[in-house]
Amino acid sequence: MTQTRATEIGTGLFALLGFAALFFLVTQITNRSIAWNEQSYRLSARFDNVGGLKVGAPVSMGGVTIGRVEAIEFDSSDYKAVARLRIQQRYSRIPNDSDVAIFTAGLLGGQYVGITPGGAETYFKDGDQIELTQSAVVLENLISKFLFDKAGQEGAKKSEGAAK
Amino acid sequence: MSLVSEVVDNGRAVLVKSGSFTLFSLRLLRVTPAALRRTRLVVDQVYNTGALSLVIIMLSGLFVGMVLGLQGYDLLQRFGSTESLGVAAGLALLKELGPVVTALLFAGRAGTALTSEIGLMGATDQLSAMEMMAVDPVRRVCAPRFLGGVIAMPLLAGIFSMVGIFGAQLVGVTLMGVDAGQFWSQMRGAVELRDVNQGILKSCVFGLACSAIAVYEGYHAAPTAEGVGRATTRTVVSSSVAVLVLDYMLTAVLL
Repeated sequence: MTQTRATEIGTGLFALLGFAALFFLVTQITNRSIAWNEQSYRLSARFDNVGGLKVGAPVSMGGVTIGRVEAIEFDSSDYKAVARLRIQQRYSRIPNDSDVAIFTAGLLGGQYVGITPGGAETYFKDGDQIELTQSAVVLENLISKFLFDKAGQEGAKKSEGAAK
Repeated sequence: MSLVSEVVDNGRAVLVKSGSFTLFSLRLLRVTPAALRRTRLVVDQVYNTGALSLVIIMLSGLFVGMVLGLQGYDLLQRFGSTESLGVAAGLALLKELGPVVTALLFAGRAGTALTSEIGLMGATDQLSAMEMMAVDPVRRVCAPRFLGGVIAMPLLAGIFSMVGIFGAQLVGVTLMGVDAGQFWSQMRGAVELRDVNQGILKSCVFGLACSAIAVYEGYHAAPTAEGVGRATTRTVVSSSVAVLVLDYMLTAVLL
């Protein structure tokens, strides 16, 4: 009898510990904790270029994560990328003239959506579209622009020298 | 000529072995639902394979995590991004090391115990005695052991990963001075539920494979002391190889 009791206690302890470990891994190690039983609403934003933005990227306001990117689609009617954002309900007071931009976290970090609040008295509602958007900065474009500018300046200098 | 016949013989032996393993696995799967109703037997086996493996799993998990902390810190420090240590350790443990090392330890600790136990039952005619009493030994002896292993494996892998992450934190944060907040928040930002599920799925598959191999080898062991010993060795070898091959295939499919 004592033998079976020990077995039962051991098995119970093992099962409890095992499920506790799985629960810990699911809730504490992943970023799932935000999405759970949290009321939220949807916004959308149209960008010329979303760069490397990924589904699940954070939406932040003043550096605080207030939501996530739910989907990214391409609208072939006006050739723009549409990002669908899911914002937590407790951050429902976002002025509806706020502007939204895609930033990069650090030099090598992932991209995220940043909302800069405007000054309007009315707020975004579920399903609204954010009108003021700024596309992602594509590093290659920046570099090529810089190089072309540099080359243009050099060329201008040279032609000036030749004229003298 | 003798070489050719040897190759043919060996090929036939491999075919016979894989065929009998497949048939045995199907038979095992067919009687497993019935074993689920005899909870008493299954609980005993979960205790034998799972609870008794806890110490070795937790100790190994701790040290694997600590080594990950050291090596990861040394590697990341060269790129000036030691804050990503949590991400590296978490993903490595959840997706690879947790399921695989647990399965290898399981094959060594629990698989061998299953094989030698069933093998000795065969050698001492206990299995034949059951058949004489019209009790199916596969249903009464093999199925509960198989099921116990299948249940225990994902839980053990989860415990291994959890302890490992704390081990990495112990070395990375306490010893090496990585910022604790960065360690955890970067890990939370980078690890997705998909990664955890992938690890759990892997350990479930490994549990099925290791338990089936252990039970098969035990049931088909030659009824002598030497036969049981050989069967135990084969369990460890086949389980380890199966785990590593399955791991590659699962990773290729899931990634």
